Amino acid sequence: MAKEYSYYPGCSSQKGASSSNQLRSTQAICDVLGIKLNEIPDWNCCSASIGYAGGGELPRLALSARNIALSEKHHPNQDVVATCAACWLATRETNDRLTENKELFAETNEALKEAGLVFNGQKKVRHMVEVLIEDIGFEEMGSHVKKPLEGIKIAGYVGCQTNRPFGINGESFENPMYLDKMVETLGADSIPDYDKKVACCGGALMFSEPEKSQALVKEILESAHDSGADMIVTPCPVCQMNTEVYQDAINAKYGTKFNMPSVYYSTLMSVAYGQTAEQAALSGQVIRATKLEEIADK
Amino acid sequence: MKYRNNFLREVEANVEEGEWVKRCMQCGVCAGSCPLGPHWEHPPQEIFMMIRAGKREEVLGSDSMWMCTSCYNCIARCPRELPITHIMHGLAHYATRLGLVSENQQTNKFAQRFWNNLTKKGRVNELKLGLSLYFMNGIPEGIKTSLKMQKVGLGMWKTKRMDPMEILGGHGCKDTSGLQAMLKKASEIEAAKKVKV
Repeated sequence: MAKEYSYYPGCSSQKGASSSNQLRSTQAICDVLGIKLNEIPDWNCCSASIGYAGGGELPRLALSARNIALSEKHHPNQDVVATCAACWLATRETNDRLTENKELFAETNEALKEAGLVFNGQKKVRHMVEVLIEDIGFEEMGSHVKKPLEGIKIAGYVGCQTNRPFGINGESFENPMYLDKMVETLGADSIPDYDKKVACCGGALMFSEPEKSQALVKEILESAHDSGADMIVTPCPVCQMNTEVYQDAINAKYGTKFNMPSVYYSTLMSVAYGQTAEQAALSGQVIRATKLEEIADK
Repeated sequence: MKYRNNFLREVEANVEEGEWVKRCMQCGVCAGSCPLGPHWEHPPQEIFMMIRAGKREEVLGSDSMWMCTSCYNCIARCPRELPITHIMHGLAHYATRLGLVSENQQTNKFAQRFWNNLTKKGRVNELKLGLSLYFMNGIPEGIKTSLKMQKVGLGMWKTKRMDPMEILGGHGCKDTSGLQAMLKKASEIEAAKKVKV
């Protein structure tokens, strides 16, 4: 029987949006693993970590509370699951803060009433990686590997918000190992001492402070390159985009020659599971992951 | 009657997680952990001290809290567990409310556009957000930025991660009126709680 979850996809995963390739590859691996993602009906944006100029604390909490309330209403007994780091963080933070703070709980519910909804605080809010590690487990994840990613060296870039402040599976914030373990599980070589694995890519400040953020990404790429990485893997849509699409700009500014693919763990898994390039969403790579394409086409 | 200065009390009452400010022990781990550390005029522990010293204009007019990338390093490492990221967002929001942010603050402009974009239909329209970002410093600057970003846009379009049709409306919630009524109510509740110090 399929394991069912109340799924919060988030804005960037929608059709034609920047991490639509993450959604496609996630869907593909869920089919293999017997995971059913039920989309929360009429979900809204979580305001990520950048809505704060216009949105005060309570309006921002209300946004995430609305999603949880919709999940409580339509998918009782299913954990809320998000694939996007910012979606997970905002939703879980809201869930925690409202259940811990009676005043905020009451005020948020007063606002939610306008949308005909109630937040009860009955949900667990989880990241997709938690589902994979805790509910599926490394052993089962490995058991579906049909085409081990042999000979590919991959820098596991965990980034910020999939890691802090909540962490995955009780691991350390400074040196989480789960992404390296996933890489190894798929038959590829990890770089456990990749020193930029939890460094920041600039997040949303890539848009408002591009030079400062690109300087951070340059260091993330440099460290991966110098560690002998063929590609970077990340769980986060912002990390993925920031490490991939600004490489030309970084090369132009710093005289580097980066051409480093940056992929989602779901793309790696899908290829290792013997799925097609289409299912793995390899066409979503701005910098093509040719080594993965070769395996997928085999 | 209270002995402590007005600005600390103002922050405690009106800024998200502001009641934590007085708990800072000035160790500076936050400053050392911040990815944009070199670009802050005042690192977090200094901002906290300035609040305690009553430096209202200097704090609220500062660029510093707008340098926060929301990486949560400071939160994860603060020995006293101050929610520093949230306090920075809170200060940024409060400064915006009071109209004290410099006109040219880029992250303020972007963050405001992000909020306006998402509240329109309940979901972010990435294309419109991107375009509004390129042109947020005027049309000539916008054309320059668009040309500079042409290759990125083309890459995103070719990989189906950007949809030009989104300009015509695009994704959104069905119950936008419910969502907007909820946000309006939340803002009203919040505004009613703000204390004049």
